[in-house]
Amino acid sequence: MTPLVEIENLHVTFRGERTVHAVNGVSVSLAPGEVLGILGESGSGKSVTLKTLLRLLPERRTVITGALSVDGQDVLALEGLELANFRGGIASMIFQDPGLAFDPVYTIGDQISEAVMRHMGGTKAGAMIRARELLERVRIPSPERRLKAYPHELSGGMRQRAMIALALAGKPKLLLADEPTTALDATVQIQILLLLRQLQREFDMGMLFVTHDIGVAVEVCDRIAIMYAGQIVETGTVRDLIRDPRHPYTRGLLAANLHGAVKGMRLDAIPGAPPALNEAPTACPFAPRCASAIEVCSKTLPENADLGGGRRVRCHLASG
Amino acid sequence: MFRYFLKRLAYVAPVALGVSFFCFLLVHIAPGDPLTSVLPPDASAAQQEEMRKIYGFDKPLPVQFLLWLWKALQGDLGVSIATGRPVALEVGKAVGNTLIIALLAMVIGFVLGCLFGFISGYFKGSWLDRLSSGIAMLGVSVPHYWLGMVMVVVFSVQLGWLPPGGAGPDGSGAWKWNWEHVRYMILPALTMSVVPMGIIARTVRALVADIMAQDFVTALRAKGLLDRGVLTHVIRNAAPTALAVMGLQLGYLLGGSILIETVFSWPGTGFLLGNAIFQRDLPLLQGAILVLAMFFVGLNVLVDIVQGLIDPRVRRQ
Repeated sequence: MTPLVEIENLHVTFRGERTVHAVNGVSVSLAPGEVLGILGESGSGKSVTLKTLLRLLPERRTVITGALSVDGQDVLALEGLELANFRGGIASMIFQDPGLAFDPVYTIGDQISEAVMRHMGGTKAGAMIRARELLERVRIPSPERRLKAYPHELSGGMRQRAMIALALAGKPKLLLADEPTTALDATVQIQILLLLRQLQREFDMGMLFVTHDIGVAVEVCDRIAIMYAGQIVETGTVRDLIRDPRHPYTRGLLAANLHGAVKGMRLDAIPGAPPALNEAPTACPFAPRCASAIEVCSKTLPENADLGGGRRVRCHLASG
Repeated sequence: MFRYFLKRLAYVAPVALGVSFFCFLLVHIAPGDPLTSVLPPDASAAQQEEMRKIYGFDKPLPVQFLLWLWKALQGDLGVSIATGRPVALEVGKAVGNTLIIALLAMVIGFVLGCLFGFISGYFKGSWLDRLSSGIAMLGVSVPHYWLGMVMVVVFSVQLGWLPPGGAGPDGSGAWKWNWEHVRYMILPALTMSVVPMGIIARTVRALVADIMAQDFVTALRAKGLLDRGVLTHVIRNAAPTALAVMGLQLGYLLGGSILIETVFSWPGTGFLLGNAIFQRDLPLLQGAILVLAMFFVGLNVLVDIVQGLIDPRVRRQ
């Protein structure tokens, strides 16, 4: 089966007053209908990877190298109309804060039907009917009324549902979710996660789900890729990763969750802070924070070793 | 929506009352005696008293204000001390003259300002931005009376294309919409348009740059809109603020510019106000300021309503 998304050795560098190497050699693939979680802390390059897939980064300041294909299309070669058809038609994005991702001066109905007309053609009236159906699919109550509502008239959870409806407007094969529940209340979060998972199955879409919350990732994903300093340090099925984390960073992340925490005791946080990415890493970027680091760790960059069974680890200890 | 209109209109009454009170007060706070310009220097105290009575300056200020307001409501702004003609007539003529060049100047200023501002904001940081921003900066900084004189020298004296001043071939009396008359508008209107052009360009530039940096623009691209689709959204978001600035600028232009109207001998409100001040012509000054202030109030309401039509968040406040 050909993969839906194939990323080969992706590098993303921002130029400007200060050069930032945001993504440093990411290789990952996604099968059709599969959900891959990209898990990492702020600044690990997970959102940048996602935005690169839709070419949403400012062109003039961004240098992208590597290979990127979605549904057989070379994403980095797309231009003009082809790129616009790809965005929303093949791959759609759900944004972190739905309060900021809608245009405040257009109604929800206008904005969804705009996307419908853009990708499906047809009349405004027809697009509105389709928009209504989409609102029903994401289970928004009284959709007729919401079509005429402005974004600020909806609650946060409702807005995110509307955002999901908008993302589905072009019948995409790939859904890119950029921390879609981070800006929501805890009670609404789980509803949105369940909805996403369900729609992903109904529409048979592949999904890349970016999050910093390991609990959320476990809830929705089939596989998880752990990102650190612009690299994927470990990939595996949710089950394998939780039961048998190979990379010290993954172990640290799992140990740092609150479930085993005792009141009054310090949390098992990973010491130190992630490196500044002014230069591309030449050694293991996690070595300075790693309890089990050996000499070679601070000298050479570990290979992305394939452990079989879909597991990959970027660590001298695991591959050596 | 309808309630918003009504609410906005209801605000007009207290604002207008307050404005008229300040118009009245302002003129009376200023030093000097209005009668010095009509009475001969050797007039007796009795004659002065007599004159005061005729113009009503002998009554206490609150009474004067109420009387003046009551008459103003009926369209009677009194009689000019200097010319003896009704103030309403004088002001009406001047406002009419100013209105035609102010509107033309506003159209030029708004179109060019929006264009330069939009280009600057959309292509922020490029050479197009630097060029447009430069023009806008020039518009705000160049003294417009000086620009007016330069224009007269170039287009009237050197090239002889346009008349150097006046409001028409046969004086200021009758305005007609034909080329013979319109020729006279071009130079003053162009000169007047430069400042609002610069201000609008700078506002729109900041506005567009701010909108372009917002998440929803990325989201619009992410759903597959082409540049022209994104542009429509940006324009609609920028429009309410751009219109508000335009309304304010039109208000200033209606006040007329004493300097520009002097340079082009254009018989507008700036001219009128200047004369009224120098001649201590209280009724004329009050009347002119009141009419202009009411224009300002009316423009603001209009802008608010248009803003409400475009931006739903404005209606809710």
